Amino acid sequence: MKPPAFDYEAPRSLAEALALKARHGEEARFLAGGQSLVPAMNFRLVRPAVLIDLNGIAELGDLACTAAGRLQIGALVRHARVEGDAQVAQHQPLLAEAIREVAHPQVRNRGTVCGNLAHADPASELPAVMVALRAQMRAVSVRGERSIAAADFFQGTYSTALESDELLAQVLLEPMPAGTGTAFLELARRPGDYAMMGVAVVVRVDASGACTDARVVCCGAGDRPLASAASAAVLLGARPGSDPAALEALSEAAGAALATSIDPPGTVHASADYQRHLAQVLAARAIATACARAATHLPSRSH
Amino acid sequence: MSTRAFGASLPRREDARLLTGQATFVDDIDLPGCLHAAVLRSPFAHARIRSIDTTAALAREGVVAIYAAADLGAVCCPGPLAVPPPPIEGALFHQRTQSPLARDKVRYAGEPVAFVVAESRYVAEDALEDIVVDWEPLPVSADLQAAARPDAPRVHEDLPDNIAARVRQVKGDYALAVRGAAHVIRRRFTYDHGCSSPIETRGVVAQWDARADRLTVWDTTQAPVFIRNGLAASLGLGERQVRVVAPFIGGGFGPKIMMFYPEEILVPWAAMQLGRPVKWIEDRAEHFVATTHERGQIHEAEIALGADGRILGVRDEFLHDTGAYDPYGLTVPINSQCTLLGPYAIPHYDSTFCAVFTHKPIVTPYRGAGRQHGVFVIERLLDIAARELSIDCAEIRRRNFIPPDAFPWDNALIYQDFTRLTYDSGQYAKVLDQLLERIGYTDFIAQEQPRLRAQGRHVGIGLVCYVEGTGIGPYEGAKLQVQANGRVSLVTGIGTQGQGHYTSFAQIAADHLGVDIADIDVITGDTDQFYWGAGTFASRGAVVAGNAIDQAARQVRAKALRLAAEIFECAEGDLVLEGGRVAIAGLPSKSLGLGELAQRANPMRGAVAAGTEPGLESTSYFGPPSGSTANGAHAMVIEVDPRTMNVRILRYVVVHDCGVVINPMIVEGQVRGGVAQGIGNAFFEQLVFDSEGQLLNASLADYLLPSSMDVPSIELGHVETPSPLNPLGIKGVGEAGAIPVGPLFAQAIEDALQLPKRGVELLEIPLSPSRVWELARSATG
Amino acid sequence: MAERQYPIRLTVNGTEREAQVEARLLLSDFIRHRLGLTGTHVGCEHGVCGACTILHDGVPARACLLFAVQTHGHSIETVESLGTPEHLHPLQEAFRACHGLQCGYCTPGILMTMKAFLEQHPDPDEAAIRKALSGNLCRCTGYQNIVAAVARAAAVAREGA
Repeated sequence: MKPPAFDYEAPRSLAEALALKARHGEEARFLAGGQSLVPAMNFRLVRPAVLIDLNGIAELGDLACTAAGRLQIGALVRHARVEGDAQVAQHQPLLAEAIREVAHPQVRNRGTVCGNLAHADPASELPAVMVALRAQMRAVSVRGERSIAAADFFQGTYSTALESDELLAQVLLEPMPAGTGTAFLELARRPGDYAMMGVAVVVRVDASGACTDARVVCCGAGDRPLASAASAAVLLGARPGSDPAALEALSEAAGAALATSIDPPGTVHASADYQRHLAQVLAARAIATACARAATHLPSRSH
Repeated sequence: MSTRAFGASLPRREDARLLTGQATFVDDIDLPGCLHAAVLRSPFAHARIRSIDTTAALAREGVVAIYAAADLGAVCCPGPLAVPPPPIEGALFHQRTQSPLARDKVRYAGEPVAFVVAESRYVAEDALEDIVVDWEPLPVSADLQAAARPDAPRVHEDLPDNIAARVRQVKGDYALAVRGAAHVIRRRFTYDHGCSSPIETRGVVAQWDARADRLTVWDTTQAPVFIRNGLAASLGLGERQVRVVAPFIGGGFGPKIMMFYPEEILVPWAAMQLGRPVKWIEDRAEHFVATTHERGQIHEAEIALGADGRILGVRDEFLHDTGAYDPYGLTVPINSQCTLLGPYAIPHYDSTFCAVFTHKPIVTPYRGAGRQHGVFVIERLLDIAARELSIDCAEIRRRNFIPPDAFPWDNALIYQDFTRLTYDSGQYAKVLDQLLERIGYTDFIAQEQPRLRAQGRHVGIGLVCYVEGTGIGPYEGAKLQVQANGRVSLVTGIGTQGQGHYTSFAQIAADHLGVDIADIDVITGDTDQFYWGAGTFASRGAVVAGNAIDQAARQVRAKALRLAAEIFECAEGDLVLEGGRVAIAGLPSKSLGLGELAQRANPMRGAVAAGTEPGLESTSYFGPPSGSTANGAHAMVIEVDPRTMNVRILRYVVVHDCGVVINPMIVEGQVRGGVAQGIGNAFFEQLVFDSEGQLLNASLADYLLPSSMDVPSIELGHVETPSPLNPLGIKGVGEAGAIPVGPLFAQAIEDALQLPKRGVELLEIPLSPSRVWELARSATG
Repeated sequence: MAERQYPIRLTVNGTEREAQVEARLLLSDFIRHRLGLTGTHVGCEHGVCGACTILHDGVPARACLLFAVQTHGHSIETVESLGTPEHLHPLQEAFRACHGLQCGYCTPGILMTMKAFLEQHPDPDEAAIRKALSGNLCRCTGYQNIVAAVARAAAVAREGA
């Protein structure tokens, strides 16, 4: 399990890195954490001719969170950095909750959030989280930069909207409005494994308690994160309220709607039917949790 | 000595080296000029090799040699049969062993086809990709049941079908049992493939010394002596020309004993051809197909019972998946067949198995070695009987136990060691009673479970009993020698893979010689140090080598006392041996260190008296008349999420009896580690093949070894029933923990979810949440 | 055509080392076969088993998922940086006292993971230890004694502090 030969470049600036990528195109891969890329190379499933190591580029390393909760995650920000950040925990709890489920401590120490997203493994947690949070992905190249909505970024298994000369340089998350509740739930065979199914939920209720925004997104259910419009439709306009029975009924209905809107592939660990069933169960639970959390963050009527 | 080493939980002597990274494993062997090998393996489970073109690969810089079957000459012949079938009347057995490289045809995906030797492993792997093989894919028999049919694609064309063996063993007359039975229960049980996955994969390093005419091989083997003998035979050398060293080994669990793996021949052969050392280290991807598997069986079993729950008889017919070849004979299915009888008095038993060739990797013993299947079948049958007869699960077992005064208990079958399956001793009810008390069985059933169920929680309990044949022959030996510096060297032929031999073997000898275990240098697994032996497997090391060490230590003690008595001109009875010295009791000034005594025993002048030998040294061999029978009982409380079917283990209790214990700490470690593998086997691990014989989950990301989050703390209880079959009274313990976990999971999950009320029974292993959900759904839906 | 060699300079267990490496040389192979520090073991080469865990700039990382060339200008620590057989590190001592190893193959990776963990979490409970251990597979022990050893090492360090 030794990787094929490649040329190694260690640019000291972003411009230099982008110029290298523009020159080598699909033949080159960026190397940040390498926690998905290197195993694939060791299995000889991926054989880049050139690796462009980003780790020496200081400008890519920043994690910034404004007081309002706007979060910028640069290309060299490791999972562990996000996991341990108090502001992330406060302002972006969905990300904080999901990132703990990504692999194991050693992998989170090294692996980067942007690398995780650019790898676009459909079973990975973070793509679903980014879709649920409507993240903006900032792609840069020698041609300039552009912003890609997370929902458009993930285009299939290991496939993204990035062009062959582009780098995912940053992810941007807007602050969550008052009245927002989130939850991430997954079931993996062992903690740290890719989930058999995972669900990221964002709901928002207005001052009257009515749901004005809802996103229910699965990982592991297809070739990319799957946002269920049907499930969101069940929640929109509903009043989750504080009655546990009513909340449960609503959550179950939304979970059931999710289950009918996905067509999971099945894995060696979970049959397709079981995955669909898990999506329903986990979604119902995550929705109930997210609604309860939203209720504790209600916008006050005076605003 | 005031404190005995034997029986004490002493810290291990090997740990300091292991903890500091100073212990030598096979891949740590670093020889000047060493070449590195890689193996081209078949991508097909069944295919004809039309041609192999190595031209491009040979042209690659750094490639030294590439061998295909045709290049190997006489070495490329089917390997030896490691264990012949036991002498059972009417048994059918077709021996088909693997050649180091496939010549015309491959029979499983992963079978070696070519062997590349290069300046580095990196380049060797590059060269694998340059080799062009013209394949003609052939139809595949991957499924065990389908492979057993007469019209299935044949694994070995010269045989009429895929039946590798058929063995029937009978005790009593099962027809009689059925005639007298109040209840007869028949079920089908399945057990799927798993693998041992030691964290260290296999590896071989070989060096040919042309000047000395000697071959040295470092090998991750559990049986260095057999490898030495086999290598000598296949390479045309004398045994004394071959040295095999099994240094520290990173876990064995059975598959590291399977001689001969192709690489065990290819690496030394290539080193001789090329005149340079050659190293091959199996990588993890290879490990999944290149190291042997276990577990695939399908049983159709029937139990006949009286109205009181007493077992009148059992009939079982099963298929055993042996993979593409059967180099380990019938050990696994024989173990299944024999272990099914458990700790129970079963008067009538009729068991037939068919071992079946399939286009899958080879099956040989892996920790438990077939015993799991037998225990699964009998324990599940008893659970079902208990339910149908409205008898408590513990009670039905108790009613059927062989009583403590009925030993030796003759089961009238032939066991894997060719002897009659006879249990030596045991106190099965005592073990069960302690288990029930420790887990709080009565209280759980009567109060805890109803209380938690009322809260909507799905908790369940399971309990199982088992016996394990351990400590089988043929023999092991040990050589003890007091050196001039006073240290004692203790050498045996068997190797160590983490069992603590450096400590427990020293504990056996220390008391006899009056020395601290720190003064004993244990040397294992080097054929130049000890010539004879079988190997570390079948829970036998401590029993067989341990008793040899005990005998040798007694003899050295006797020699020391005899010599000291001559020197001091006193009676041997007046002497004490402690602190590394022999002294006259009460006269500490009259004493001699053992080292000095050893020098006196090897005089530079004067003849050695007739009938005596020089030195304070003894070599002793021990072979038990038959294996000793360990036993135990496990109980588990679990909680199941009724919607996801995910399982959480709340408590796990083991009570076991492995006879007299040398080092309780080590024994407990063996049991706990075994349980962890049992949990993996029952709940996490499954090798998934498609219909073309392709393994679909050949990585540690998808083959799920239990992690620290998945294995609970395990509470342990001991019962000690000495074995009468060896002087130390010990029984083996290496495999015990792993054996009974499957039925325990099935029973506890059934109980937690009250599945039988819904008409669902769990009759297969492994039980993933997905599978349990599918089974539960099929019944309710 | 010979593979291009890249010069690297790094700190290994406190000592500066220089080497020429091929780009694709895995850090695990570099440590073991070029530096001769064979205490770091290799179990899977795809980042799951954790046997090759080392400290990279003080942080536990899988050596099989790093290229040696990437360590230029960085520091790594391996199991050889802890104690010696004669003078074990307190964490190693705790593993011996608690029988926290059997074959010992996974042990160096576990020690390096736990060394960093205990520096961050001097008073961990069992659940925290188990979670921190979850990226290191052990096939022999069933983990119970490893957990006990880590708890003991933490207790000893607290008493000594």
